Amino acid sequence: MTSRSGTVAEPVEASEPGAHGYRRPLTRADHVAMPNAQVMTYRQALNDTLRQEMIRDDKVFLIGEEIGVFEGSYKITAGLLAEFGPERVRDTPIAEEGFTGAAIGAAMLGYRPVVEIMTINFTLKAIDQIVNHAAKIHSMFGGQSSVPLVLRTPGGGGQQLAATHSQNLEVWYAHIPGLKVVAPSSPADAKALLLAAIRDNDPVIFLENLALYNTKGPVPDGDEAAEIGRAAVVRAGTDVTIVSYSRGVLTALEVAERFEAEGVSIEVVDLRSLRPLDRRSICASVMRTGRAVVFEDDWLTYGIGAELSATIAEGAFDYLDAPVRRVAAAEVPLPYAKPLELAAMPDADDLARAVRELLQDTRFRK
Amino acid sequence: MTEIVMPRLSDTMEEGVLSRWLKKPGDTIAKGDILAEIETDKATMDLESFESGVLEQLLVAEGTTVPIGQAVAVVGDGSGMNESIPGAGAPAAADDSTGPEQEAAPSQAAEAAPGGEETGGATYEPTEVKSEPAEPAGADQTAPEEAARASDAAEEHPAATSPSGRIVTSPLARKLAKEGGIDLANVAGTGPGGRIVRADVEDAIAGTRGTGSPGTGAGEPEARSVAPMAHGEARRRAEGTERPKDERVMLSNIRKITARRLTESQAVPHFFLTNQVNAKRLLKVRADINEQLAPEGIKISVTDLIVRASALALRAHPEVNASFDTDAVIRHGRVSVGIAVALDDGLIVPVIHDADQKTVSEISVETISLATRARAGKLKLDEFTGGTFSVSNLGMFGIDQFTAVINPPEAGILAVGAAGDHLVKKGKKLVNVPKFSITMTADHRVLDGATAAAFLRELTELLQNPMRLIV
Repeated sequence: MTSRSGTVAEPVEASEPGAHGYRRPLTRADHVAMPNAQVMTYRQALNDTLRQEMIRDDKVFLIGEEIGVFEGSYKITAGLLAEFGPERVRDTPIAEEGFTGAAIGAAMLGYRPVVEIMTINFTLKAIDQIVNHAAKIHSMFGGQSSVPLVLRTPGGGGQQLAATHSQNLEVWYAHIPGLKVVAPSSPADAKALLLAAIRDNDPVIFLENLALYNTKGPVPDGDEAAEIGRAAVVRAGTDVTIVSYSRGVLTALEVAERFEAEGVSIEVVDLRSLRPLDRRSICASVMRTGRAVVFEDDWLTYGIGAELSATIAEGAFDYLDAPVRRVAAAEVPLPYAKPLELAAMPDADDLARAVRELLQDTRFRK
Repeated sequence: MTEIVMPRLSDTMEEGVLSRWLKKPGDTIAKGDILAEIETDKATMDLESFESGVLEQLLVAEGTTVPIGQAVAVVGDGSGMNESIPGAGAPAAADDSTGPEQEAAPSQAAEAAPGGEETGGATYEPTEVKSEPAEPAGADQTAPEEAARASDAAEEHPAATSPSGRIVTSPLARKLAKEGGIDLANVAGTGPGGRIVRADVEDAIAGTRGTGSPGTGAGEPEARSVAPMAHGEARRRAEGTERPKDERVMLSNIRKITARRLTESQAVPHFFLTNQVNAKRLLKVRADINEQLAPEGIKISVTDLIVRASALALRAHPEVNASFDTDAVIRHGRVSVGIAVALDDGLIVPVIHDADQKTVSEISVETISLATRARAGKLKLDEFTGGTFSVSNLGMFGIDQFTAVINPPEAGILAVGAAGDHLVKKGKKLVNVPKFSITMTADHRVLDGATAAAFLRELTELLQNPMRLIV
């Protein structure tokens, strides 16, 4: 593992208390305040970061379907084949299990492969490689080998891609010890978390979202990696905490804006990492507000929100003024028809309704 | 087999002494038979059987103090004469010929079974699920102290409504109440299903609850605050999307007690006497006292003077300082005057004990303290029990005259109206004299018109010659 010592950013213990016994949560301002931030799309941030890491470390290579000549189904790998050549930007057959397995092998031998799987739905073809190999190898072989693999894949619905191509299966991976699962919601985090994922020695599922690729935001120059396992308070508030991740964070911010006009101050916590989960930051926020809504794109039953609710119940029980509210997708395979698809997906109105009911139930007043 | 329990024989009874058994084990008894004598805080009363059968066991010895609801005897068909006291553990299921291996033994038998024997009722120990195994190198271990534990799956929608009697409260409200010294039994919940939420506790702590009917003499009249409209209701009205609906406001404990006690009071034969009190000297004395005691921060109210006057009048008329009790009138040794205090959701009557032995300023200080803590729900039991007479003053609300409802077992209550100008003929001139009405409600079982009138005359004299209240 020659590439290890020089390239790995030492992760800080995510739950380590700061100087005051409590670490300050990250905020969006932490990124915005960085000098030389350029406004760009989430897609561009991913593309730039892949390129930056391929230049920095020649052990980094890309592998996946249609990522080279076609430049990726969502153009995340645009221009990289031309710049780095087919040795480092590998087009593959339609065989997810095969190329994921190949990447795992390469990772065990010192490479830092970045696998693209066209959508998270297709990771099901590779799930044995991910769950039974990538996640287990380090533990089962006594630490002789790690798997510094990144598996980039977008999830989410809303594009009329029908039930089999519109799922949010990240909780399947967030359930598995041995994996890390990150889910950036902003272009800045897309960069910072991708840097962290590539430099991490464990397999990282890097969750993107179809609806986020064209969103824009400031992205700082430089190569400061995020700390995997640390949530961010992307909007500070005092009355209600909304916890979400990926696309849901944007919805949460939109709802927070709506309520601000009514004098309700909503705090939005962006998980950024589904595993490890920053339980401390989540609970700290709820301790400040006394009210919690968790918002997820996946289905309610056994979803990410279930874990968040349990976390809050365990860690902030005495601070809750009402049960945690969960807002999630309708429990149906996502319909293809546009009106039905929209009806089944949780949106800002659903979230706002839950917030409003929670405020009523706790007799909110300014 | 039926247990006979210590009954509640009076409103204030919490326990009773089983002073004498009138039946012995083996006696055949019929419904209505008197089993024992019970001494309550007020009287010795009969313990009547509501069962017929054989008195199988006496569970308490004569002279034992027994809380209400605890079993004192067992009535059955006679077969249980030799059994041990139920509740102390059933004997092993010796008559169960199938044996414990055949089928799951009833839990009671299983618990009593000799140690080591296999039973079907083995205790299930919840197993703790291991927290996540160590992550691979470099992994962050963020699972907090509260590692996941095995627990029964929670219901999908945990119930928010209350089984009767249980106080339903949010965890945050419970925490705040504990920190603020608020008894949640005295807080009305406005959340879903009557759940007490943070706002309710904050109201209780702030003491900003809207005032109800009878007021207190403590402090100045406060502006009547309108109870805040529930958030949802306000919204629906504003949007005009719904017709106003009936609202079912669950009774708080204090409201329940208020309702029950005032209903009981209706069983008391009431009569009413009213007098007009010339308040000229009283108001002058009050002003003088307040002027002189201002440096000490003492400001007495008319109610304080009325409490003091009532106490002195009661001391002079012990027949009024009394309670009716079945076959006797109890003349109380202490003179303890209660003052009706309105809460947002009920009424409480804190008591100035030994008011006849306290100065007006002492009464004033104590009243303010009692009223403040009453609104915060922080009164101790003896601070609102044991009164022998009550005063209710609605004068500060501009009420001229009213009648108050007796607070049993007291024999009288005084309703005080607002002071107003009255024209009085003085020589050949008409002069303005401030007067207020006092209306006494009396328990006719204890007092007759003449006795009550004598008391009221004494009280009026005291109020019209207030120096007697001070010297």
